Amino acid sequence: MASSPQREAFQVPASISAAAIGQVTTKSLGVKYNCAQCAASFSLGKNDAIRCKECGHRVIYKARTRRMVQFEAR
Amino acid sequence: MSNLVGIEYNRVTNVTSTDFPGHQPGDHSWDIEKFKDSFDINITNISDGVATFDLIHIDTSIANAFRRIMIAEVPSVAAETVYVFMNTSFIQDEVLAQRIGLIPLKVDPDQLSWVDKTIDENDRYTEDNTIVLSLNVSCSKNSNSKSSNDPKEMYKNSHVYAKDLKFEPQGIQQEKFKDSPVVPTNPDILLAKLRPGQEISLRAHCILGIGSDHAKFSPVATASYRLLPVINIKEPITGELAKKFKKCFPPGVIDINSKGEAYVKDARKDTVSREVLRHSEFDGKVSLGRQRDYFIFNVESTGAMSPEEIFFKSVRVLKNKAEYLRACPINQ
Repeated sequence: MASSPQREAFQVPASISAAAIGQVTTKSLGVKYNCAQCAASFSLGKNDAIRCKECGHRVIYKARTRRMVQFEAR
Repeated sequence: MSNLVGIEYNRVTNVTSTDFPGHQPGDHSWDIEKFKDSFDINITNISDGVATFDLIHIDTSIANAFRRIMIAEVPSVAAETVYVFMNTSFIQDEVLAQRIGLIPLKVDPDQLSWVDKTIDENDRYTEDNTIVLSLNVSCSKNSNSKSSNDPKEMYKNSHVYAKDLKFEPQGIQQEKFKDSPVVPTNPDILLAKLRPGQEISLRAHCILGIGSDHAKFSPVATASYRLLPVINIKEPITGELAKKFKKCFPPGVIDINSKGEAYVKDARKDTVSREVLRHSEFDGKVSLGRQRDYFIFNVESTGAMSPEEIFFKSVRVLKNKAEYLRACPINQ
């Protein structure tokens, strides 16, 4: 790892507290997921199991953004 | 019989027209008065969607020009750009966009002006040249449905049809399309199938175009012609042979008169299958052909314009082409 310094990941300094460096462990990251089984929409936290919160189905999709995409109808 | 295309057992003869100056003795120069005298249009059937008409005593080059212009050069309106905001259905964005482009729309092409492709893309589309359609559907479970396996029963909006495209009049279009709002001519074209939680939200910009650019702009479903079949009975065919002779043709083409002799009732109905030429007993008794200057046109509209309007527009396009050619400084 030391041989390629530009690839080295950011290391959180151990001396400061989690709150001071802005690390949020309880709140979700805001990414929405959709259940493949029941179509429920929810977000997952960092340590949450990859499961639907409604039905427990283990296949979930990341929700698509509402950003506009242009296509030629050809 | 120079204007007859001969149809033999295994070949087609006398195919090219020879009625031009210098080919045969006599005056064959083209003359507008002579053409006016001989030319005829015969309308056999005309309805909202389909027209069948005959162009008689006209050269193949002109008749074929009309056919090709109707297919490729008469303008009509179709979706050109699709802006997808959300599409979580199983049909991909680009495939869905292409399907929307192919939907025939009930818009009078004369109501729109041409889009200027030299203008920047952001300012190109205006209320004068663009029609905006929007499609916003999302599927959900139908709570009050009985136990059923039919997706249409179980879910709301499980099928997205062309009729779900909604016209959004822009500015002056509110007035312009007051009496004839833009709708797909065929409301039940299936665009996509959805399941609960899936959603389609998009806008389509529809512009004027011609068929040579893309088939979606073609105003006709089919525009074709065939030559009038000619059946020439050279020797009388009677009795049992007449019955067999009648069977060689589609129903209604050949009939048998009171003397038991076969006669041509309606050659127009013939498909020119050449079945009669396969039987040796009719050798030399019949000759098949097609009249080279008798065109039976069949024009089927997609619904935006009536078939006769499409034909009139094709005539106008050909006229403009001829005028352009005449004004060309080719001799200078």
